[in-house]
Amino acid sequence: MIRIENVTKQYKGTSRPALNNVSLEIEKGDFVFLVGASGSGKSSLMRLMLREDIPTSGSVHVMGENLVAIPSRRIPFFRRKLGVVFQDFRLLPTKTVAQNVAFSLEVIGKSQGFILEAVPDVLAMVGLEGKADRLPGELSGGEQQRVALARAIVNKPAVLLADEPTGNLDPATSEGIMALLERINLAGTTVVMATHDRGIVDRLQKRVVEMRDGEIFRDQRSAGYIKTQTDSHPVKSWNLAIDQSWSLGGDE
Amino acid sequence: MRFGFVIGEIGHGLRRNVSMVISVILVTFISLTFVGTASLLQLQIGQMKNYWYDRAQVAVYLCTEVSPADVCPQGEASTDLQAAIEDKLKSPVLQPYIKEYFFENHKQAYDKFQEQFAGNSVAKYVTPNQLNETFWVSLKDPSKSQIITESFSGVAGVEEVRDQRSYLDQIFNILNAASIAAVGIAALMLVSAALLISTTIRLSAFSRRREIGIMRLVGASNFYIQLPFILEGVVAATIGSALAAGAVLSVVQFFVQGYLATKLPFTSFVTLGDGLLVAPALIAAGILLSAVASGFAIRRYLRI
Ligand SMILES: Nc1ncnc2c1ncn2[C@@H]1O[C@H](COP(=O)(O)OP(=O)(O)O)[C@@H](O)[C@H]1O
Ligand SMILES: [Mg+2]
Repeated sequence: MIRIENVTKQYKGTSRPALNNVSLEIEKGDFVFLVGASGSGKSSLMRLMLREDIPTSGSVHVMGENLVAIPSRRIPFFRRKLGVVFQDFRLLPTKTVAQNVAFSLEVIGKSQGFILEAVPDVLAMVGLEGKADRLPGELSGGEQQRVALARAIVNKPAVLLADEPTGNLDPATSEGIMALLERINLAGTTVVMATHDRGIVDRLQKRVVEMRDGEIFRDQRSAGYIKTQTDSHPVKSWNLAIDQSWSLGGDE
Repeated sequence: MRFGFVIGEIGHGLRRNVSMVISVILVTFISLTFVGTASLLQLQIGQMKNYWYDRAQVAVYLCTEVSPADVCPQGEASTDLQAAIEDKLKSPVLQPYIKEYFFENHKQAYDKFQEQFAGNSVAKYVTPNQLNETFWVSLKDPSKSQIITESFSGVAGVEEVRDQRSYLDQIFNILNAASIAAVGIAALMLVSAALLISTTIRLSAFSRRREIGIMRLVGASNFYIQLPFILEGVVAATIGSALAAGAVLSVVQFFVQGYLATKLPFTSFVTLGDGLLVAPALIAAGILLSAVASGFAIRRYLRI
């Protein structure tokens, strides 16, 4: 589903690369936590998967698209098969909840009939029925993130990228968002979530990819936030990472 | 493509920076009015050239008793010399070029002079003998005046050969220079119109950067993202160029036809028909200019 090979990303005017020879493979239906300290390169990696940016070297394949070589006119169509949420929700403050979700469908040319059917469905799915006509400013942070999630999944994407989606939320609210992400994952969507929320990672026991200084430090199935001695190994190349994740095979 | 959505976005954008939109309208209005006026002036020059060049004659001035001695050593042209000149005009060599000619004697020249300079003190001092007797020659092709000039220059009894077109050319050169200046000013103003449109569109895009960001994220096509901005520039410029078209048409109708044509009844002026030719061209130019300028601006903004 996602294959990253020997990717290095060096931003202009910086001396150290933000990503250094990173390789990572994510299978269809996976749920992956991308963990690591602030500045370790999580968002940079996410931006490459979104084709917001291209690597300095190496290759990125997502859903069969070679994102280094994809022509720019095809990028919008690629992004329609992908959902994204961020820490800051990115909602339009002047549009209601329903209009925010509808907007993302309108701008990709969906019919009014489709929108009228899909929007209430997805709002019900994220638990916002009855709040369709509220403005984002009238909602709690958790509710706003639900709107953002509704917008991200309304088009039934194969992959959902979430960059610190609970970063602005208190633990109880975060639980709700995580439950929602798990449901989305169970329905077949591959989920990649960058976070440094230790409690969440420890409790869910999913695959954990830990980054340090732009490199993958650990790639472990059914793991917690901190490296455990028993079933983790430092990873040097993506081949090894894949072997390891296969052999550890947490969730068949 | 959902047109309701696109139209809503344009309306939103136009309302959001009303003052910039008004300045775009005014600048396109004024610059295209200049372009339109310059085009009409060119048409007018063309028409006047056609009209006057066809009527322009070549004058063969005969020597008088006051002519300078180096060109007229024999003084006043005698009747013999006159007859010789007239024979030459009738000769088979010149005949094919000449439509008609007539002779103006001292008396006729004096009457014409008195009429033209009535009330002027020179009219009192001039005598008929001081004014040239003249053969006025109309040519079949007025541009071939060279032939007459060459045949009669230096001929005994001829003081000077003069093509009236040389006077007309001076007038037309002045009019031409005026219309070129108008075109130059118009070009400068069109450049500022284009820059103003780009700036307006970039401001508009900046004030909608959230929407643009989300559109890109959810996979709206570039065309879909750019279209409302391009149309926003086009709508503003179209209003401006429609005003310019209206201004040009009113100038033709009320100033040229309503005023000039009644004051100078024997001159042919540009008509409303000519104006109706120029007006759509102005609107088309406004649309093209704004589409290019705003398309360029939004593409550059989105690349960053
Ligand atoms: N656009 C950018 N230009 C320059 N440096 C950047 C840019 N984005 C990120 N970086 C740098 O790259 C490194 C990784 O950042 P980031 O991917 O945002 O990490 P994380 O999301 O894990 O906090 C940091 O050192 C950061 O300063
Ligand atoms: Mg980050």
